[in-house]
Amino acid sequence: MLVYSEDQQLLKDSVARFVKGNSPVSALRRIRDAKFPLGYDTDVWAEMDTQGWLGVLVSKEHGGIDYGFVGASIICEEMGRTLAASPFIVASLMAATALHLSGPNAPAARWLPAIASDRAVVSLAVDEKPKHAPAEITTHAVPNDDGWILTGAKSFAPEGFQANAYIVSARLPTEAGTALFLVEAGDPGLTVERIPALDSRNVARLRLSEVAVAHDRLIALPDHGLEILDEALDAGRLGTAAEMSGISQEVFERTVDYLKQRKQFGRTIGSFQAIQHRLAHLHCEIETLKSVVLAAARAAEDDLATAKSLISAAKAKAESVSQLAAAESIQLHGGIGMTDELDLGLFMKRVRSASELWGDRHFHADRFAALRGY
Amino acid sequence: MGSSPSHDLSEFRLETREWLGANCPAEMRQPSRGEQDICWGGRDWIFQSDAQEEWLHRTARKGWTVPTWPQEYGGGGLSRAEEFVLREEMLRIQARSPLDSFGISMLGPALLKFGNEEQKRRHLPKIALGEIRWCQGYSEPNAGSDLASLQTRAADAGDHFLVTGQKVWTSYADKADWIFCLVRTDITAPKHRGISFVLFDMESAGITTRAIRLISGKSPFCETFFDGVVVPKENLVGELNRGWGIAKYLLTHERQMIGAGGTAKGPLSKKTLGEIALESIGVDDRERLRDPILRARIADSDIESLCVDLTAARLKDEASQGIEVGARSAILKYAGTEAKKRRHEILMACGGFDALTSVDNGPETGVFAREWLRSKATSIEGGTSEIMLNIISKNILQLPGE
Repeated sequence: MLVYSEDQQLLKDSVARFVKGNSPVSALRRIRDAKFPLGYDTDVWAEMDTQGWLGVLVSKEHGGIDYGFVGASIICEEMGRTLAASPFIVASLMAATALHLSGPNAPAARWLPAIASDRAVVSLAVDEKPKHAPAEITTHAVPNDDGWILTGAKSFAPEGFQANAYIVSARLPTEAGTALFLVEAGDPGLTVERIPALDSRNVARLRLSEVAVAHDRLIALPDHGLEILDEALDAGRLGTAAEMSGISQEVFERTVDYLKQRKQFGRTIGSFQAIQHRLAHLHCEIETLKSVVLAAARAAEDDLATAKSLISAAKAKAESVSQLAAAESIQLHGGIGMTDELDLGLFMKRVRSASELWGDRHFHADRFAALRGY
Repeated sequence: MGSSPSHDLSEFRLETREWLGANCPAEMRQPSRGEQDICWGGRDWIFQSDAQEEWLHRTARKGWTVPTWPQEYGGGGLSRAEEFVLREEMLRIQARSPLDSFGISMLGPALLKFGNEEQKRRHLPKIALGEIRWCQGYSEPNAGSDLASLQTRAADAGDHFLVTGQKVWTSYADKADWIFCLVRTDITAPKHRGISFVLFDMESAGITTRAIRLISGKSPFCETFFDGVVVPKENLVGELNRGWGIAKYLLTHERQMIGAGGTAKGPLSKKTLGEIALESIGVDDRERLRDPILRARIADSDIESLCVDLTAARLKDEASQGIEVGARSAILKYAGTEAKKRRHEILMACGGFDALTSVDNGPETGVFAREWLRSKATSIEGGTSEIMLNIISKNILQLPGE
């Protein structure tokens, strides 16, 4: 059923209140203006931890609340509405998924409880090229008696700066495919550099210069590595699509409100039919986006492995709709829409970043088509 | 009316499943292939098979041609939740609808809400039994989007009205038994306040119909001409000059019907765009459609249609929880029909030369083209896309008028 349960509606209301009070858009603005390198407020992260949300996908056995993908996507959507900055999607959705699927193993035992109850930030270091391409990596892991030696570079690791640990994808010399390893902050040979990001969020590039990882840092070997990675990425794609849906709804509502007030030519500009039709069209686009995000979240909750085509549809649709919403919101605000004083520019910048994360609309249309057999 | 506790529903589901198993003929357990399989009923209806006739009679006896109508009018007296279960169980065995008609989808709901007791008793049971087939007299050549400007006149002649004028886009007027019609009963009042809603027999003297041919070939649409047609005053539904309210109520219903259909319809929708394109073009060495640009357009259209269908499902789920669709039917209609038109454009491209056979060589030929051409009407009939955007603007977004 594509309706929220009562509990889910309560969660939605609760997160909405939380972000409004604890992390409104002005919080991101402050982070940006202070050039605060962490890119998020640890007090907000701590508050989210108190709410139990950080363990949303962590099993109860590991200290989480195991609330499922619909709950997780609700949190993401509401956070999108205020551009609330945090490592939530990367750590609580993606890393948690990767560790759950690969376990039981040492990294899962060590890091799942830490994610659920210790505010641990585990980032994904996967991409190496300018466009998301998880299978196209040159980072490699050479085995030795104690484990492996990792060498390579990762170009874009969201939430990577000052993360506690990283899930790193690498090739093995002897077999095709992708392996996943757990690298910890402070491991010798690991360099993490902050990228000053368009959306003011935490992003890093990594260099691994012969980073030694012991056997107990292996997450998955190539028979499973890419499969697990893809599901972890899908968790991120879903969460990001939900965030983009929240952004779309927020900028749309602000625009409608503005157009009901702004007067030119002796009348409210929201009374011009040309303007009304653009808004009505956008409203329909946003409604259809909400539907596919919810359907994808439900499918992911039933079985993440088989939710791929819905998740790709959601991510692709989220990009086209949120880009339209962001662009229209600026255009329809006229001159002030272009100013930094208004929040619209911040939303648009986040839409741009979110579009690139974990595969853009082209990537996902391609995957959707492939899954549909063409 | 009806029951809601879940243990009653599961009992109801079992009973329904049993009844359907025993009463739905095997031949009726296949989805309709299209227009030709629909059972419209009516005085002149010739059943396509014994199975179709049996299926109608059995469901009508149970009141399940109109499951939620009150039993005293021929309905099943089911609650919305029970109806939902019935539809699910029918879908489960692919049982096709036993009866489709504008009487069920449009006039019936209007009579239940606005009709008097005599009208309900006279007309509703015959709709439920499939004995009378109705058509809708709304649009006129000069009253399309601006329906309220309609001019068909119903002059007061004592105990009856005399109706003179012309309707257009009357679906199946040439086959219908009765018509529900919007007429002008007060030419001095502002346009919305001079309209009445009347019912009359299409066999009355003074009525002629003429079929309208579309760019897609034959269609059920007709022009309908009225020349001094006698309409007894007891056939006035609701108050004199207050017919516009009934019309608006029905238009919302009609819109929901069109919107609920989603993007799939017709024989071509059995195949996906991808399947047709693969047949026409073939694959590259990565097993992908060999035309990457068409492939991208197909993916976009597939994703768009999927999102629209999911929205129809979501609004339906919300309705089953008591959150009415209301003005949001305009969203479904707008998004659904625009997506459908785009899909058909790409379908034609996928079909290539195979899609270029004429629509004028009989019903089995030119299927691609017929559906493509017919799809152009979907964003016009039942309220244009532009009107839908107006409705969304005013009723949902509450933007101010001019």
